[in-house]
Amino acid sequence: MVKVTFVTQDGAAHEVEAEVGWKLMEVAVNESIPGIYGDCGGQAQCATCHVHVPPEWRPITGERNAAEQAMLANAYDVTEDSRLSCQIIVSEELDGVTVDVVDS
Amino acid sequence: MTLSSVVIVGAGQAGYQTAASLRQLGFAGRITLLSDEDELPYQRPPLSKAYLLGQLDERRLLHRQEKWYADQGVTLLCDAAVAIDRAGHAVTTASGASVPYDHLVLATGAHNRPLPVPGAELGGVFGMRVKADADALAPLLGAGARVIVVGAGFIGLEFASVAAKLGASVHVVEVADRPMARALSAETAAFFRAAHERWGTTFDFGAGLARIDGADGRVGGVTTSDGRALPADLVVYGIGVVPNTALAEAAELAVANGIVVDERLLTADPDVSALGDAVSFPCAQLGGAPMRLESVQNAADQARHVAARLLGRADVYGALPWFWSEQGDLNLQIAGLSLGCDRVVDLAGVGENEKAVLCFRGGVLVAVETVNRPADHMAARRMLAGHPELTVAEAEASGFDLTAWERAHALATAG
Repeated sequence: MVKVTFVTQDGAAHEVEAEVGWKLMEVAVNESIPGIYGDCGGQAQCATCHVHVPPEWRPITGERNAAEQAMLANAYDVTEDSRLSCQIIVSEELDGVTVDVVDS
Repeated sequence: MTLSSVVIVGAGQAGYQTAASLRQLGFAGRITLLSDEDELPYQRPPLSKAYLLGQLDERRLLHRQEKWYADQGVTLLCDAAVAIDRAGHAVTTASGASVPYDHLVLATGAHNRPLPVPGAELGGVFGMRVKADADALAPLLGAGARVIVVGAGFIGLEFASVAAKLGASVHVVEVADRPMARALSAETAAFFRAAHERWGTTFDFGAGLARIDGADGRVGGVTTSDGRALPADLVVYGIGVVPNTALAEAAELAVANGIVVDERLLTADPDVSALGDAVSFPCAQLGGAPMRLESVQNAADQARHVAARLLGRADVYGALPWFWSEQGDLNLQIAGLSLGCDRVVDLAGVGENEKAVLCFRGGVLVAVETVNRPADHMAARRMLAGHPELTVAEAEASGFDLTAWERAHALATAG
């Protein structure tokens, strides 16, 4: 287990335990984090798990893939930091990360 | 009357999502979810894909872990609803309990159309709808297994691609003349047929089953409608579904290819909503004509709509339908409904393992089918959610790029 923090639109920080190997989206929905829905089950098909990942974590989370890029085109509040949390796998190295939830 | 308790019948995608959305939108009353399965609510799409391949364990198949239900105050009862007392505002369950409601949401889903041939009851014959189906057939899917798939729809072909990948020898029998005939253009269907054939699957189109043959209660083969005998260790069928309407019908709610609801997803009883695979609703994309859709998007969007409406935050449902299917390395995405489409433009110049087909009806773009072209799919969704002014002539022009067109058009409109 590692700790990850989701900051929701209302500014509240939700620190939760995350299981290594799970998708960050799966962690969020199991903790009922508002704004993360994961309708498609994590297949990068629905863009309902949009988060902003701070640049310093990008070496660990990696970059957006093509499917994700497409889903995010024209999504609301897309920045350099935008990711679909279903495309980020929780690893030991991700311990302590804080991501901002963009309401889908 | 203040809304203090909502009872949801059915814990599939639509039922689960209604409960989740009600809480997410701040509903503080009682929520009871009645399931006819003895499981925590789980996702069905992976059953014919990642779950069957062993890439997704049981816990990750769940919509939510057990503690979520307690945390959210959602009461999950694995106790099937057997009757609705509309006058008394209560649902009777299989165990004899009476569950009172202020508002009732019917998310009863659908069941597999049964195989109407002798031998369908033999061991080794499976539908593909519930987790128990996937659990039972996964161990039988080894290399060399001889698998007959009946029906070349989404589920049948997703399963076929998984079975082929696991080394089984796969033969698909389909009464129509092409795969996914009900959902896809002939152009995209031909693309998928060729792909499955590359993966080693063989097809019999225009063929049905006369019977399933077997000995000692187990399947040994099938006989096709034109009299050919094919050996089989396993038969998996996906020949469509039937909406679960019996409960609504017994409660004297209108049923016509599904529980009939209005554009708000409300039945004729103002205290009973219905949604998902089970309902026939006036479809905005079809000018209000009745439609029944079987998809995750439809279930989830309708659930969010009903939750919002119950809390006074929505009225008329009109979300754009979209679909996806994963078969082998092909990610099929469909935006919109191609029903009644009279003109198809098959975009040239896409990559080898890609496809993009535009479907027009009366000169208006109504659906876009893409394979491994997620940017085009999203562009199509945005276009179809509004009033796409793309003409057939523009689409047919050499070098037409859907994503670029959408971007330019959106900018022009915004400007």
